[in-house]
Amino acid sequence: MKAAVITFPGSNCDRDLAVAFEQSGAEVVRVWHKDTALPAGVDVVGLPGGFSYGDYLRCGAIAARSPIGTAIAAHAQAGGYVLGICNGFQVLLEMGLLPGALLRNAGLKFVCKPVGLNVVTTDSAFTSGYSEGAQINIPVAHHDGNFTADANTVARLQGEGRVAFTYAQNPNGSDGDIAGILSDNRRVLGMMPHPERALDAAQGSADGRAVFAGLIGAFVPG
Amino acid sequence: MKMRVIVTLKPGVLDPQGEAVRHALGSLGFEGVNKVRQGKMIELDLAETDPVRAEEQARAMCEKLLANTVIESYALEPLEG
Repeated sequence: MKAAVITFPGSNCDRDLAVAFEQSGAEVVRVWHKDTALPAGVDVVGLPGGFSYGDYLRCGAIAARSPIGTAIAAHAQAGGYVLGICNGFQVLLEMGLLPGALLRNAGLKFVCKPVGLNVVTTDSAFTSGYSEGAQINIPVAHHDGNFTADANTVARLQGEGRVAFTYAQNPNGSDGDIAGILSDNRRVLGMMPHPERALDAAQGSADGRAVFAGLIGAFVPG
Repeated sequence: MKMRVIVTLKPGVLDPQGEAVRHALGSLGFEGVNKVRQGKMIELDLAETDPVRAEEQARAMCEKLLANTVIESYALEPLEG
């Protein structure tokens, strides 16, 4: 399995994300935001956390329209896998690959701490390594993670089993306690918590590993 | 010609920053501030001289980049000079 990790100016979790893919057994290629095409044979695109383009205009807005953006959208529309974490989730929403938007946290504070997450669905490559209803522990670190969408969209996401994770205790005011959502083909996941920061007990939790292991599993024959 | 773009959160979308400003105004003794909504103002200096075409251009820019129409609305205002 080949994963492309995109680096925008201001990305700061790109290296961690590459390590997470590598530790799970993936071949990783690093891709720069000015590139206009993904390397041949890429199965998964990883959009890292950070502050792409300094969060100018809106978080993720300019990254979503960067030269590599068109190639990422085409990859997703052709059924490719995309994992967007934190700022990467913001980019996916700005690209329109996932519905809704992320507002400033309701408490106005930057929230940086381990949080409990409920695994709401195991019906995706990203979540197949968890048991349904499991509570896991993964850190968040964001200022703009307050997920919002109109009531119909939230109901649709919930009804179609496209809410991947919810917060056990809502840290940012997100509608429906939503921490991560899937696309309708279940191959694009955007989430605010950082599974790449929870790979080893030495980091406080290894609960993030299953996200990457599950993705790799989707590419193992049989 | 120049165009001014005003981007604001749609009615009903929570504006925590506006709320914080409202509280700060209250603590400074400004009474009777019922609501504060924060937005942004963007000025465009366009090569286009025809007002109708300039507005069309600015509108396309808002739809594609300047506003996130999921949560924001925008207004355009041509500027003199």
